[in-house]
Amino acid sequence: MHLSPDQVIFWQHGFLKLNSTIVMTWGVMFVLTMSSIIITQNLSTEIKLSHWQNLLEIVITGIEKQIEEVGLKEPRKYLGFLGTLFLFVGTASIFTIIPGYEPPTASLSTTASLALCVFVAVPFFGVKQQGVGGYLKSYMKPTFIMLPFNIISELSRTLALAVRLFGNMMSGAMIVAILLTITPFVFPVIMTLLGLLTGAVQAYIFSILAAVYIAAAIHTQKPKAQIKTEAQVKV
Amino acid sequence: MLIDWFTVLAQALNFLILVWLMKRFLYKPVLNAIDTREKRIAAELFNADQKKNDAQKMSDDFNRKTNEFDDQRATLFKKTADEAQTECGHLLNEAKKSADALTLKRMESLENEEKTLKQAISRRTQAEVFSIVRKTLTDLGSASLEDQVIQVFNKKLHNLGVEEKGKLVSSLKANPSPVIVRTSTSLSPALRTSTETAIKDAFGANTQIQFEASPHLISGIELTTNEQKLSWSIESYLRSLEKSVDELLRVEPKSQNAKPEAKTQ
Repeated sequence: MHLSPDQVIFWQHGFLKLNSTIVMTWGVMFVLTMSSIIITQNLSTEIKLSHWQNLLEIVITGIEKQIEEVGLKEPRKYLGFLGTLFLFVGTASIFTIIPGYEPPTASLSTTASLALCVFVAVPFFGVKQQGVGGYLKSYMKPTFIMLPFNIISELSRTLALAVRLFGNMMSGAMIVAILLTITPFVFPVIMTLLGLLTGAVQAYIFSILAAVYIAAAIHTQKPKAQIKTEAQVKV
Repeated sequence: MLIDWFTVLAQALNFLILVWLMKRFLYKPVLNAIDTREKRIAAELFNADQKKNDAQKMSDDFNRKTNEFDDQRATLFKKTADEAQTECGHLLNEAKKSADALTLKRMESLENEEKTLKQAISRRTQAEVFSIVRKTLTDLGSASLEDQVIQVFNKKLHNLGVEEKGKLVSSLKANPSPVIVRTSTSLSPALRTSTETAIKDAFGANTQIQFEASPHLISGIELTTNEQKLSWSIESYLRSLEKSVDELLRVEPKSQNAKPEAKTQ
């Protein structure tokens, strides 16, 4: 028994290695991409839709709506990043019902890489929206004394993101594995179902938290143009 | 060590690739499809709204026209009813006038008929009366009466006025033809002779005389030349009487006509 799928190495050449995490991730990526290609091949613009297209549209518009509700006014800008986060984490969790599959999100390396992506994406979107100065100033709000605390907060929440997802996914997989050795019949099935629920919830939590961080980075300071427009409206 | 940094980097790269793949093959086509459909639905809704507005406009127009038509119909109906009422009154007046005229005409006709009938009855009565008188006198007529008549005639001839006698003589001279003497019965030779004598005394000795019997003469004698006629008979008296009675009958209805005329008015 191993704690992380990183430990299952199929091929290694010095620093380069091909472990179970990477392979499973490729598998998830392949399934997601192929499904997207197949379903979007015959997209209908009529009022009548196929069931698959309908499902896909529900998922995408649902994600869009969630992003908007978090406070991001233009959800399509962030749909690629946040939507993919949700779909990847969710799909990786759902595939746990496949025997022999180990979710790549049960690896701290994967969750850390995802958390790092969020860590990079937050300043990326913040700078894109407010400019470098505007974004950096947000670390000194409300006063410059808060600068170290803000930096610590930035790092700690990234760490929390990574560890939360890893802990949940790893524990789910571990529990099922341990239960299989103790009670090999009905109970592991129930725990797997519970794991599916936990995985879906974790996918939602991960992507929503990322959206919240991005929204916080964008809204710390209103753009000058917006302030001017509001003043003109009041006059 | 739980974190393998190569795996971290590889997974980050994998994730970025997945983001690009999802954008390329999932979000973009699906969102495009959604946008296209939304545009189409918006266009269809816009068209539907436009059609609804058009339909509403048409409906309003139709209602307005219907109301106008109803108003016009009501006005025309009222006008026609008024005209019909007026025409009815006019026709009734005319019919009343015609009926009055017909009644008047009929009354006049009845009066005329009555008058004619009265006249006919009067004439018939007159004719019957005179017929009876004639018959009675004819029946009563005898030789002695004829004698008396001839004698009276001769006497009259003898006492004839100069002017009348002159007319008869000049008539005979202008066209000498026999004097025709008509009596109701054939005269006896004695009477003929006395009559011839009286005529010749009056008109001249050369006067040609021709005697004829005419039964319609009642106890009388008639002397006719070319253009002149001299007669004396009861018939002539009767005719004179008949004429006066006839005139009397004609006068009477005129006085009676005054009453119905007053009624008609």
